[in-house]
Amino acid sequence: MTWRSPLAVVRDALRGQRAREKDLRNLVSNLPYEGLEKAKQPNRYFLGNAIKTTKYTLLLFIPMNLFEQFHRLANLYFVGLAILNFVPVVNAFQPEVALIPICVILSLTALKDAWEDFRRYKSDRKLNNTPCFIYSRREKEFMERRWKDLRVGDFVKIVCNEIVPADLLLLHTADPNGVCLIETANLDGETNLKQRRVVPGLCISDPEFEPESFNGLVVCERPNINLNHFKCYVEKPDKEKVGAGLESLLLRGCTVRNTDHAVGFVVYAGHETKSMLNNNGPRYKRSKLERKLNTDVIFCVILLLVMCLIGAVGHFLWLQALATVPPYLVPQSTGHLDSPALSGFYMFFTMIILLQILIPISLYVSIELVKIVQIYLITNDVDLYDEETDSRMQCKALNITEDLGQIEYIFSDKTGTLTENKMVFRRCSIMGTEYPHKENAIRLTVLDEAESEEEVIFNQRPQPSRTGWSLDPEDTNPKDKAQPPFSRHKGRVLGNAQGDVAFSSPLETEVIPDRKLLQQISRAECSGRRLTDPYLDFFLALAICNTVVVSMATASRQRKSWLPHHGRTNNPLDTLSSLVKSAGSFCHIFTSGQRKPMQKCSLSEDYFQEEDINPPLKMETNENTNDKKKTRSPSATSDNLSYEAESPDEAALVYAANAYDFILLARTPDSVTVRLPSGEDLVFEVLDTLAFDSNRKRMSVLVRHPITRECVLYTKGADVAIMELLSTPYAEHLSGSQKNIAADTQHHLDCYAKEGLRTLCITKKVVSDKVYDSWSLNRQRAQAAIENREELLMETAMQLETNLSLLGATGIEDRLQENVPDTIVALREAGIQVWVLTGDKPETAVNISYACRLLEEEDLVINMSCKNKLICTSILDSTLEEVRRYGEDPRNVDTTPDISLVIDGRTLAMVLSSDLQDRFVDLAKRCRSVLCCRVTPLQKSSVVKLVREKLKVMTLAVGDGANDVNMIQAADIGIGISGQEGMQAVMASDFAISRFKHLKKLLLVHGHWSHTRLANMIIYFFYKNVAYVNLLFWYQFYCGFSGTAMIDYWLMIFFNLFFTSVPPVMFGIMDKDISAEMLMGVPELYRTGQGTGDYNRKTFWISILDAFYQSLVCFFIPYLAYQDSDIDVFTFGTPLNTISLFTILLHLSIEIKTWTLVHWVVMLGSVAAYFIVTLAYSAICITCNPPSNPYWILQSQMADPMFYLVCIITTVVALLPRYVFHVLRNSIAPSPLTQARHLDRLDPSSRDQWIKEWRSFRGGGHVKRSRLSTPPSPTLETPVDIYPQSPTASDITEDDFTLNVITNYQRPVHTRNKDVVAS
Amino acid sequence: MLSAGIVIPGFVVIGLVFIGIGVALFVTSRSITVLEIDYTGVEKDSPCFKCSDPDIKNCGCKVDFSIDTLFEGPLFLYYGLSNYFQNYRQYGASKDLTQLSGDLASFKDPSDVCYPYDYSVQKPIVPCGSIANSMFNDTFKLFHIVKGTRKQVALDGKGIAWWTDYNVKFRNPLVNPLKNAFNGTTKPPFWPKPAYELDPTDPANNGFDNQDFLVWMRAAALPNFRKLYRRISEGEYEKGLPAGNYSLEIAYNYPVLQFEGRKKVVFSNVSWMGGKNEFLGIAYLVIGSLCVVMSVVMLIVYAKFKFPEED
Repeated sequence: MTWRSPLAVVRDALRGQRAREKDLRNLVSNLPYEGLEKAKQPNRYFLGNAIKTTKYTLLLFIPMNLFEQFHRLANLYFVGLAILNFVPVVNAFQPEVALIPICVILSLTALKDAWEDFRRYKSDRKLNNTPCFIYSRREKEFMERRWKDLRVGDFVKIVCNEIVPADLLLLHTADPNGVCLIETANLDGETNLKQRRVVPGLCISDPEFEPESFNGLVVCERPNINLNHFKCYVEKPDKEKVGAGLESLLLRGCTVRNTDHAVGFVVYAGHETKSMLNNNGPRYKRSKLERKLNTDVIFCVILLLVMCLIGAVGHFLWLQALATVPPYLVPQSTGHLDSPALSGFYMFFTMIILLQILIPISLYVSIELVKIVQIYLITNDVDLYDEETDSRMQCKALNITEDLGQIEYIFSDKTGTLTENKMVFRRCSIMGTEYPHKENAIRLTVLDEAESEEEVIFNQRPQPSRTGWSLDPEDTNPKDKAQPPFSRHKGRVLGNAQGDVAFSSPLETEVIPDRKLLQQISRAECSGRRLTDPYLDFFLALAICNTVVVSMATASRQRKSWLPHHGRTNNPLDTLSSLVKSAGSFCHIFTSGQRKPMQKCSLSEDYFQEEDINPPLKMETNENTNDKKKTRSPSATSDNLSYEAESPDEAALVYAANAYDFILLARTPDSVTVRLPSGEDLVFEVLDTLAFDSNRKRMSVLVRHPITRECVLYTKGADVAIMELLSTPYAEHLSGSQKNIAADTQHHLDCYAKEGLRTLCITKKVVSDKVYDSWSLNRQRAQAAIENREELLMETAMQLETNLSLLGATGIEDRLQENVPDTIVALREAGIQVWVLTGDKPETAVNISYACRLLEEEDLVINMSCKNKLICTSILDSTLEEVRRYGEDPRNVDTTPDISLVIDGRTLAMVLSSDLQDRFVDLAKRCRSVLCCRVTPLQKSSVVKLVREKLKVMTLAVGDGANDVNMIQAADIGIGISGQEGMQAVMASDFAISRFKHLKKLLLVHGHWSHTRLANMIIYFFYKNVAYVNLLFWYQFYCGFSGTAMIDYWLMIFFNLFFTSVPPVMFGIMDKDISAEMLMGVPELYRTGQGTGDYNRKTFWISILDAFYQSLVCFFIPYLAYQDSDIDVFTFGTPLNTISLFTILLHLSIEIKTWTLVHWVVMLGSVAAYFIVTLAYSAICITCNPPSNPYWILQSQMADPMFYLVCIITTVVALLPRYVFHVLRNSIAPSPLTQARHLDRLDPSSRDQWIKEWRSFRGGGHVKRSRLSTPPSPTLETPVDIYPQSPTASDITEDDFTLNVITNYQRPVHTRNKDVVAS
Repeated sequence: MLSAGIVIPGFVVIGLVFIGIGVALFVTSRSITVLEIDYTGVEKDSPCFKCSDPDIKNCGCKVDFSIDTLFEGPLFLYYGLSNYFQNYRQYGASKDLTQLSGDLASFKDPSDVCYPYDYSVQKPIVPCGSIANSMFNDTFKLFHIVKGTRKQVALDGKGIAWWTDYNVKFRNPLVNPLKNAFNGTTKPPFWPKPAYELDPTDPANNGFDNQDFLVWMRAAALPNFRKLYRRISEGEYEKGLPAGNYSLEIAYNYPVLQFEGRKKVVFSNVSWMGGKNEFLGIAYLVIGSLCVVMSVVMLIVYAKFKFPEED
């Protein structure tokens, strides 16, 4: 490299800085500059593709790591103390010894950090050295290089199943349509294939792509973190701009699938890629317990300062009282005695050093250790493992496990969280006629029963197995529970075996057609109007209007394991588990990391050949021949088709269309191939796809009909979004009786919603060519825009989606997940308020809520829905008044029904305004459950924030989708459910579970355990150190406050570091106050942890007081026993030290709830360690540790019976009060936990009996209560508009205002609450 | 498990055992006789009053006392100091353990911790440090007055220090004669004689192996302490001091009045539990009784509040 002036270097660096900071980046191909020196490279300012995620470098590890560790205040405190030791005036005898504890702590942490960093380094190196193909101008072909050689502006070829090395703009693929499929599982966990297309109109799809011919300027935005957003355009030499977006971007870390090869232009490399920007490592949150702990540490510091002050003043007074200099006073090094005041001042610091262990140095390390093990235990809990998805519990936030035990409010998403988010087509309404699909419903019921009865059936006599489903309803009696489990279960297993194909279970894929509808279709088929028949259109719309990708079930995808994200390897858990695992696993990683592209590609090439059999071109020939060919090409039977959809309801609709023989065969960006029942394949040219967004709440596909050559817009969407866009009823040519299709359909929609079904409206619109042409111009302009492209695209979409004609509506069932009602009931019994926040309409939401027992039949349901704020205010006020009155009415003490609140998004927006939110929170606080419907993601998070801040409670948000991310991040604990909707929620969460039911064990058992263990351990740590340090403090009163320690320094350090540190850590890890079964069986026990929990001001100060008492006893009993004797300093200290050991350990034994072998080993081991180490030390150390001389002291003490007598009585006196208190409290006023512990020891059968009795005695939540008012008869009228005609607040007076009680709301038929706990 | 029903037997057993131990301790403690004689000389009528003036050197005084009944042996003779803080931090540290273990290098170059008693007029002090310097130097002679004649009671000064101190920690340098080892050093300023002349009667009891020196060097834990001076364990008075009149001749050297200290001589016989201490026996008795009372309380609690299935 040539020499460059420093100025030029600086200038270049500044320029580079500016180039990176600019909002738009101009990138050109590197090829013309190949081989030139770096200063001439056009893209030299942008980062290369080599990544470095390590925190430290080899040389700077020690200073950097120390710097990192000193961010922790406690470490700084201890280092400060250690330095204080070296200050001469404090007269520390062995300042070096004081360094030992802090050095041990620091080096332990440094060791852990170094190990983690080394793992990061190894994974970085492996990634950086992964081979990839980069185009070289010199060689005129793609050369194999390493990832780290890649730079912005290079051309990269990726072959099938290879991982994308950087963010690439897709320029070319092997596919003639310019399409490439990628799997983003490594990035966001979504397993479905996503389609990416080359930047249109750039490179004509030559069979061979020539990177050298690429001469455009790529203008792209600055790198950002948003995975779903990318804007760029390519400016050709002729100044024509071609827009490109996310659909042309291959993200680093994705895998190319089903595409032979693809060529891309590197736009972002290395740390600027979206995946790296998203890679933030584990989240750091501070738990409630830790926040409290920190204030208590400050209390301890104050206590320490007070004690030191007492020492200093005492020393001053003591010196002052001396008349002359006694022989035992030693002058300072200056040769004369300091004045009492100065000595007192110095003594203050000497005391700080003497009493420093009042602040437990090992506490923070112990907490970290305990949490790591707790997380390890939680993640390895088999009960939290989901077989179906082969996923276990993940802990992403490492230090808030104990918060799980203090949750008071749960905010849950509905879809995908409470429900499976596995959509099953249930019924539809076409042109105002309802097709109930009874047989399908029966099939589902039986499947359901089969699943729930699985275990029972297992032992019953074998049934003749059935292979198919009869259409005859008499044949399939749903009540027949002995129906063999047509296996949903089997389906699951099968699904696992097949890999990751999303919808393999027969539950979702099979739909039994409605016979009436089948007849209707065949009639339409035969009739002449087959091109315009609404029934056919309806199913065409179902098949076309979606973004489902068709893949062959036989061509199963190969999954390649990518290394886990390196940023996350600073998870101590990884460290732990890797320590636990044998070294063999490393070999495994390396071997699995070796790529075998040849083998894998050969597999997929088969697939491509297969698909090439029926390319669209071939089908065009079919299309114009109008004969009804029934022969099907062997490669495309419906059996081996599998659909992959971004949202499960799309797939459900496609499967439904499939059932009526409208088979979606293929989808490319430009065409959709559908096979009609007649057997003919229609190829629709796709003109545009107006993707779904949550503002429009609909999506549309604009196609050109192959026969009529009309432009047809198929739109599907939520009823509110569709109904207002309808034009005059579709098909005036139909008879007059069907004119009111919209009204009929709306009625059906309402009924569907009441059944808890998700509804979608299907519409069609014929667009004239003229309109289309002008619109498409607008559309193109919008697509090329780089500023507010989203808004423009949405606007154009809304321009087209008008005057729609309604075809019909569908009802899709979103099934409840297993054990959801049970879980919700348990959580509620645990004293947790459960709120459900859903985007669904109120009817659907209310029904699901009844089904999952969020609402109970006898509940008082307050329905709030109002149109303006004035009404809202008055309703809120009067409801609040009413609710308060009920609560205070003495007659209602036992009979007060639980109040539930249903509120919709619009009203929620009003009550969240600053003037109403207090009242709303006040009302919501009195409600047992709250259901918010039609809420936006932002509202979800603001509700969580409101409750969290106003009520000062611990909140937990659980959700599965991208719309829950805000809420998950707003809550104290965010839980992501790894379900069907991708991993965004999981990535934002603190804990990730796979099923809602896991929440029960996670909170009730693990949360409770983690909290009690940690709380008790922390309290114990404080107690331990105070009790021990106070011994030294009391001694100061007998040594002229001179700072003498009567215990050898080394033994003091060992005492804290070794003799008494393992038992509390083990206590924090293993103590089980109550068994898991008991905690699950009696959720009420969870309440003990709520609010302040086990660790609060009271327990803290009680333990501190107890520590003071015990230290007084431990000091003064030996003092009185040995006073006036010839005992020397360290002989006096030996029994004190021994007594402390016994007292501290036995104190812990009182606190330990369950004793296992490990407990005994650790306890006895600690005692043995104390005696062995002390004896050895006393035998070896003759002159080693002046001024103390421990030589032979313990030995001589142990030969003296007095030693034992003093130890025994002191230990007993010290522990007697606590012991007696425990015993009396357990006997006289046992806490629920004590009672539960007691029950735990009974044998299981009598325990269950007892729990039942206890529950019924308590009056339980399930005993029928007297009702408040006569229940209104079940109606179908929508409860939404309760106050439709109340214009002002004055209309609502106290007298005529009654709560709207929706008791006996029509219960949905598909409830699954068979597993009721307590009835 | 901690509930009343289960702990009752435990309380009863512990209570009874404690009462047993308490009785044994109390009885043993009662059997020990202690005779304390304060000879500080603060009071005007004290025989040592004349010696309390710090200006008088080599003062001697005589304390007479009588014993009514046989003072059973073997007897231990202690000297006691009060308000003397041997546990003062810098004081306790002010010694050089390597020097005391006979390391000649430390003779020439005492440790800094001995300051200001490490050098005196450019010469290293051996033994250095504050503790050695302030060594107690009163001596006692006990006479039994039998029919007007004074009969000296033999006091045994051997084996009063810890065996480990005498044999392991404190060693004279292997130089013969011992005096040569101390060449070039000086005695502690407070001492009248150098270390190798501490006991003129027994050449083996000199230097760092001097028993009185060893006893003094083991710093007392509390400001009021006693240290073993001699034993009366052999010869005529092995069985104890018979009733009669005795006279204690004291060489009064050690100044304590300047810091309001007290000096005393203590005669005591010992038992398996060491010296007289009634506290421990009483404590055991009290706690034992408390446990028994507690078990009765527990019984009541158990009867009233037992768990239904706890039969």
